[in-house]
Amino acid sequence: MITSSIYTNIKTTLLLAVVLFMSTNVLRAQEHHETTTTTSTSAVSEKEGEATTTEHATEEHATEEEGAFNVKEVAMHHIADANQWHIMGDSGIHIPLPVMILNRTTGEWVVGLSSMFHEEEEVKGFVMHHDRIVPANGTDAYLDLSITKNVFTMLLASFILLFVFISVAKACQNNKGKAPKGLQNIIEPLVIFVKDEIVQPNLGKNTDKFLPYFLTAFFFIWINNILGLIPLMPGGANVMGNIAVTLVLSVFTLLVVNGSAKKDYWKHIFMPPAPVWLWPILIPIELIGVISKPFALMIRLFANMSAGHIIVISLTSLIFVFGKAGMSIAGSATGAAIAVPFVLFISIIELLVAFLQAFIFTMLSAVFLGLALEEHHHEEHAH
Amino acid sequence: MNVVGAGLAVIGAGIGIGLIGFSALQSIARQPQEKADIRTNMIIAAALIEGAALFAIVVALIAK
Repeated sequence: MITSSIYTNIKTTLLLAVVLFMSTNVLRAQEHHETTTTTSTSAVSEKEGEATTTEHATEEHATEEEGAFNVKEVAMHHIADANQWHIMGDSGIHIPLPVMILNRTTGEWVVGLSSMFHEEEEVKGFVMHHDRIVPANGTDAYLDLSITKNVFTMLLASFILLFVFISVAKACQNNKGKAPKGLQNIIEPLVIFVKDEIVQPNLGKNTDKFLPYFLTAFFFIWINNILGLIPLMPGGANVMGNIAVTLVLSVFTLLVVNGSAKKDYWKHIFMPPAPVWLWPILIPIELIGVISKPFALMIRLFANMSAGHIIVISLTSLIFVFGKAGMSIAGSATGAAIAVPFVLFISIIELLVAFLQAFIFTMLSAVFLGLALEEHHHEEHAH
Repeated sequence: MNVVGAGLAVIGAGIGIGLIGFSALQSIARQPQEKADIRTNMIIAAALIEGAALFAIVVALIAK
């Protein structure tokens, strides 16, 4: 049983990865023009598209003039997605990532590596601004399908999951009735944990049917959160702190819950067990409830993971705040003496949070699905 | 103002999670055999409260 669900898990992981890969960038391109959500530092200050470049220029100018270290800007930049992997230095060392951008105004594709862009230098109508590639004139509509930092991390996470779960599924088949070996030792208890603690208590007899989805969601969120905690190259991306990613995950939950809901679920929404004159009030409330549950899932995961990244980068920034942005060695040392223990402390908490948020997302999805699948056999006694 | 908003949100979450911890510890002390169940429910409730507090913090961060 575990073997088969692991295999289905693999298929779902692939599907999830592909959909997420497509979604994040498409969403990002649209957010750039419509809303003020998270994806980039500029998005926040970018309500009126064309004001961007000037606004940022003034911001930077102000920062330089004061000589102070702008923690907020650094933190916002740190949690945003990027078109290249920043290693060190202001203009210095980057690991390039593939770029695929469609300029929807001119209909031209820009394809290549992000190394063809340099900070604030126009290439084919686009410019690299704070590690993000944006239209040079600030107004062109564009569709960014690049492998950004987040997309790369998600692909990496998918490959890790595929590798781990394929080998564990094989080991499960080969070791039938025998003691588990190697990776199986770690993964099997986790799979059983998800099954027995999260899915079974909520879904009961439907467990086997829906287990693959919950396993996929759990492990995908967890592995991405863990990768986000690694400060070096393959990690450090704030994948689950990107609202587009969590949006897609919560839309999956929305579809699974509403797509497989039983008659009683809809009956409860459209014919609530209350006097008929209350229905005009109750039905809209129930309908809002359908959307607000996945919406809360989305915001919770996004906010928790972003908050963790912001706290760590803010504490690290203490070194530069005290050390006058690296000018004073004594100040930097004091900052480091304060920052290192705190960062260590928060990182350990984040290790728990990484697991906890994956657990909560899966758990609440299972609770919602369990409620949707419930059938009232004793309707007349229940109310 | 943003900072004040974030601070207020943290106070709310602190009270909420404190109450959960308080009652969870009390119920574990009374019914140690139900420890596992209580812990699970405690974590879920804490996450829900934390979610509400983080809504406030996100709004506080985004609003200018």
